[in-house]
Amino acid sequence: MVNIDFENKKATRESYGEALEKMGSKDKKIVVLDADLSGATKTNIFGKKNPKRFFNMGIAEQDMVGTAAGFATCGLIPYVSSFAVFLAGRAYDQIRASVAYPKLNVKLCATHAGITVGEDGATHQMLEDISLMRTLPNMTVLSVSDDAETRWAVNKIKEIEGPVYLRLSRLATPKIYTEDQKFEIGKAIQIGDGCDATVIATGVTVIEALKAQEELKEKNINIRVIDMHTIKPIDKKIIIKAAKQTKKIITIEDHSIIGGLGTSVMEVLSENYPKEVIRLGIQDTFGESGKAELLMEKYGITSQNIVKLFE
Amino acid sequence: MRPNQVIHGGSLSLVEILTVLYFNQMNLANRTPKHPNRDRLVLSKGHAAPALYATLAERGFIPRASLKTLRKIDSNLQGHPDMNKVAGVDMTSGSLGQGLSVANGMAIAGKLDEREYRVYCIVGDGELQEGQIWEACMTSYHYKLNNLCLIVDNNNLQIDGPVDKVMNIYPLKNKFESFGFKVFEVDGHNIEELVETFEKSKKFKKKPVAIIAKTVKGKGVSFMENSSAWHGKAPSAQDMARIEWGK
Repeated sequence: MVNIDFENKKATRESYGEALEKMGSKDKKIVVLDADLSGATKTNIFGKKNPKRFFNMGIAEQDMVGTAAGFATCGLIPYVSSFAVFLAGRAYDQIRASVAYPKLNVKLCATHAGITVGEDGATHQMLEDISLMRTLPNMTVLSVSDDAETRWAVNKIKEIEGPVYLRLSRLATPKIYTEDQKFEIGKAIQIGDGCDATVIATGVTVIEALKAQEELKEKNINIRVIDMHTIKPIDKKIIIKAAKQTKKIITIEDHSIIGGLGTSVMEVLSENYPKEVIRLGIQDTFGESGKAELLMEKYGITSQNIVKLFE
Repeated sequence: MRPNQVIHGGSLSLVEILTVLYFNQMNLANRTPKHPNRDRLVLSKGHAAPALYATLAERGFIPRASLKTLRKIDSNLQGHPDMNKVAGVDMTSGSLGQGLSVANGMAIAGKLDEREYRVYCIVGDGELQEGQIWEACMTSYHYKLNNLCLIVDNNNLQIDGPVDKVMNIYPLKNKFESFGFKVFEVDGHNIEELVETFEKSKKFKKKPVAIIAKTVKGKGVSFMENSSAWHGKAPSAQDMARIEWGK
């Protein structure tokens, strides 16, 4: 169930670190690797409790991914973390050749995705990772939006036999779901059943879509929001249904409009139910330094950018 | 051995090394692929796949007849080794520079699981130009991986020419020593010397071990020896006719 708690904000990287410790401390097959960012990715919570199964690989992401592949060949389940730009970007070929192609059981958990990294600026703001990861065969791609969803994902991906990319954020965002919310890989969550438009969001933009939903309701415009937590395999059914039932399809993501959520939705619709898709996201440009909230405004991925589409 | 396509320069420099490993040194757990206690081998220089396939065939992991399908469509014998397609291949490889990291992971896992196996990793000398190799060397030493044996196939030739001309990697012994390895140097085509070196290296328990094997690219085929033209290429029918077998 959705019950937004604006007072209680938490970044998905924090939920990840806590859930990983809780799950991993009990399961001896879990090993965790980090590349000198364990304080920021929050893998240090696991590391402190389980020093023998925690490996700080130094500032060497390519070696880290290869080592994780080696662990996986021996039946261990490595959770590998760094910032999204250094994991999906720096170690792309290692992920491709030593993880995805041999279909090894490696969980790539990338924090600090998107422009909401903030002050670090363009070099650290990964806007292409969904695109890079979803194009790899054998890869499952998740992008989570709140605390409960992240905790579910951390536990669930252990059961998937094969590589997974889990996209996490630095920016603290409100809790969206209550404890009884059910999640399922490949099955998006629809919130509301308005027919004036559908806003498909993922990660930090889900809360923006929900805020827009509230604001538009006051203007008598009823939209539905879809939390696309699984980018691959994508929930085609829910997208096609939305295209049939609602007037507009809008996507919003903290990622380049090329190759990410918006593109994924367009791929589904152009093959199944051709319809115009309005893509909100980073418009084929690099980011810059600044407060995350201000960057979201400047680069056009807030609730206001959705609301404006109805003026 | 007359395995038709299974012959090219980068493979021939490895024949004796793989033979000694698979017939004398490695614990193959009764030739059970994926047995948790088996010794593992990562062929980081994946382009030497033909030599590995031929060895696995001779050792009974794969049918000898399958060797004729090498690199052909629908064959399990891909241009570079695929662990999901070929019994006895412990790791998929092909993109250079990645194998030592994987071997490290296997070696650390062995320690975590308290298993006795050894992990062998074969890299090419040109491959040492990949930065990831040196990241991995730090890891081998940092985690005191005395169950790891790195073998450098030092034929001094890469695709574009002699390794020291393309991008100098020397001095090799000093480099590996400064990264914390115990280094052995050996004639990679001398069976007795290889056996002796592997035995010595097994007894060394303080550090990871690197064996620099001096080899000859295209070894055993007169017109292929020491020629970078045969890096990954198989001889044509006319070329094959020029080979004097059994020399």
